[in-house]
Amino acid sequence: MPELIKDTPSEAPAPTPGAPILEVDNVTLKFGGVTALDGVSFDIKQGEILGLIGPNGAGKTTCFNVMTGVYKPTSGEARFLGSSLAGRKRFEITRLGIARTFQNIRLFRTMTALENVMVGVDAHSTTGVLRALFRTPRQRKEQAYAEKRAHELLELVGIEHRAHEFAASLPYGDQRRLEIARALATEPKLLCLDEPAAGFNPAEKVKLLELIRKVRDSGYTVLVIEHDMRLVMGVTDRIVVLEFGRKIAEGTPAEIRDNPAVIAAYLGVEDDDDAA
Amino acid sequence: MSAASSTRPKAKGKVPKPPKAVIIAIAVVFFYALPLLHLPIISTPDSDFAGVLFTMAIYVIVALGLNVVVGYAGLLDLGYVGFYAVGAYTVAMLTSAHGSLPFLVVLPIAVVVAMISGVILGAPTLRVRGDYLAIVTLGFGEIIRLAATNSDWLGGARGVSKIPAPPSIPPNKADGTVTDPLFEIPHIKWDGIIPSIDDETKTRFLKFGVLDAAPYYWMALTVVLVVLIADVLIKNSRVGRAWEATREDEDAAEIMGVPTFRYKLLAFAMGAFVGGLAGALFATRQSFVNPQSFALLLSILFVAAVVVGGQGNRWGVIIGASLVVYLPERFREFADFRVLFFGLALMLLAIFRPEGILPAGRTRRAKAVEEELIAVEEGSDTDGAEAEVKPSA
Repeated sequence: MPELIKDTPSEAPAPTPGAPILEVDNVTLKFGGVTALDGVSFDIKQGEILGLIGPNGAGKTTCFNVMTGVYKPTSGEARFLGSSLAGRKRFEITRLGIARTFQNIRLFRTMTALENVMVGVDAHSTTGVLRALFRTPRQRKEQAYAEKRAHELLELVGIEHRAHEFAASLPYGDQRRLEIARALATEPKLLCLDEPAAGFNPAEKVKLLELIRKVRDSGYTVLVIEHDMRLVMGVTDRIVVLEFGRKIAEGTPAEIRDNPAVIAAYLGVEDDDDAA
Repeated sequence: MSAASSTRPKAKGKVPKPPKAVIIAIAVVFFYALPLLHLPIISTPDSDFAGVLFTMAIYVIVALGLNVVVGYAGLLDLGYVGFYAVGAYTVAMLTSAHGSLPFLVVLPIAVVVAMISGVILGAPTLRVRGDYLAIVTLGFGEIIRLAATNSDWLGGARGVSKIPAPPSIPPNKADGTVTDPLFEIPHIKWDGIIPSIDDETKTRFLKFGVLDAAPYYWMALTVVLVVLIADVLIKNSRVGRAWEATREDEDAAEIMGVPTFRYKLLAFAMGAFVGGLAGALFATRQSFVNPQSFALLLSILFVAAVVVGGQGNRWGVIIGASLVVYLPERFREFADFRVLFFGLALMLLAIFRPEGILPAGRTRRAKAVEEELIAVEEGSDTDGAEAEVKPSA
């Protein structure tokens, strides 16, 4: 996708608790004749867990892709810490401080769990070929740090004992946890989880919610995308509801639960697992 | 999960244990001594063994370079001979056709020129993926060869001759007379299985001449060792991880902060660097180059060496490259059927070892475990609650 739009000059990025960290401002996205997002606006505040929910095909993942710079909106813009994300390369957005996981798990399958996380830590590494060749003190320091940090993160998500197993050989639930650890390794200010509970049974969902809370408590702002409302109700501070590409509600879980528009959107909708 | 998958035997950058260092030292000495030993059975009866060893070493260098591109970064490059040719021709141009610089001055220039050609080829073409990249690089290899054939400045179809040898130690006198060598190393001769020192055949240390290829082999072997060490250092660093991540899932790697395009270009440049190095050594040994030395078939052979050995595994690739050179030379008496046997061998390999003689250990093991997982998912849930069945989505 050609990225031609210059980003607007950024204001001073100084995140304070409660201040918006990411703003989605009147974003519209059209694929040919299909309007996937239609004037969606909301923001994510520092230190909260925001849920983005909606029935299947509501535009959650599309919205997510706009926020992480994968899609360029037709109009409107997504701003992170005051600066526009349009026109930035994806790895630059990651270095700015947005990390994500994938709805369909996308680990580096032939690398160990530890190495997967180290790739994330490397996002801020300055090592190049020459430093690697001559094993400079700085390179050794960065390598040691990457390894230590990766172990810490595996510990945090609870799969430290599997550090040296291949990503592909981990059980499904641990692969999801590994994705979270890998995303956290890039030192994000905002962590975006795309249907982290897809394919989980209820017991595993509960454990996942605990993990998400733990992540938030260690200082990250979290965005969770789900189409399972019950799950999101339990963990989020605030919820944005999408339906057919439009925002139909926004508020605390309690407000959302009683919102007639939301109930109507969900009424009779099968709760299956193929929100693509 | 099987118990085997829970640990990963991998030599980390810890202090190597003395026995390991000793084994490595013995292996290195053995490989240096190989052209002097004239080992029965192993040595090639119908062609100069030192010359064969030199070619093997050149192919090993090429395969190690190509392994960075194909094995580590996952970019199928079918025009690798192009970089080899650039290295060889740069040496030919600057030492013989359009200059008379000494070989050791030209060597770094040749390598840098090859690397630049890698960047020039990679910058526009690395945006395409997979098969398309293979086709574009295939074209590049042919362009280099055709340009050399049709340009008189580059020697045309006749090529360039009188490429000087590397400087001997001590150097020859200015008037061309050969000085005495530092010392002479006797060869070993075999009477059945009994070795004895052959006083008549001696290798002069260190004289790069036409007759004795052993000094060239030592030079190439030294380069192999340097490239191998560099390969290990880079692979076990952030750069190696970035390559592997890019190969596994380019989009995910990009989103995890890996500037994938830059790393692919880097892999290309490194590969070209090593390819140019091999080409330069080839040119100085051969003392002449012509476009036929860089045919498309050679590119295919290079890729075959990497794939036969096991792409992504540096030891496998070394074995693959050695065999690709060695087998046809060893069985020269069947010369008429060489290509037929080579084809058969490749087919058998494809059937019985589709991932190469020594597959990249991690890929192989990861796949084995994956198959196990699939079996668990499809069949009875033997692993209990741990093996969570994936949703059909």
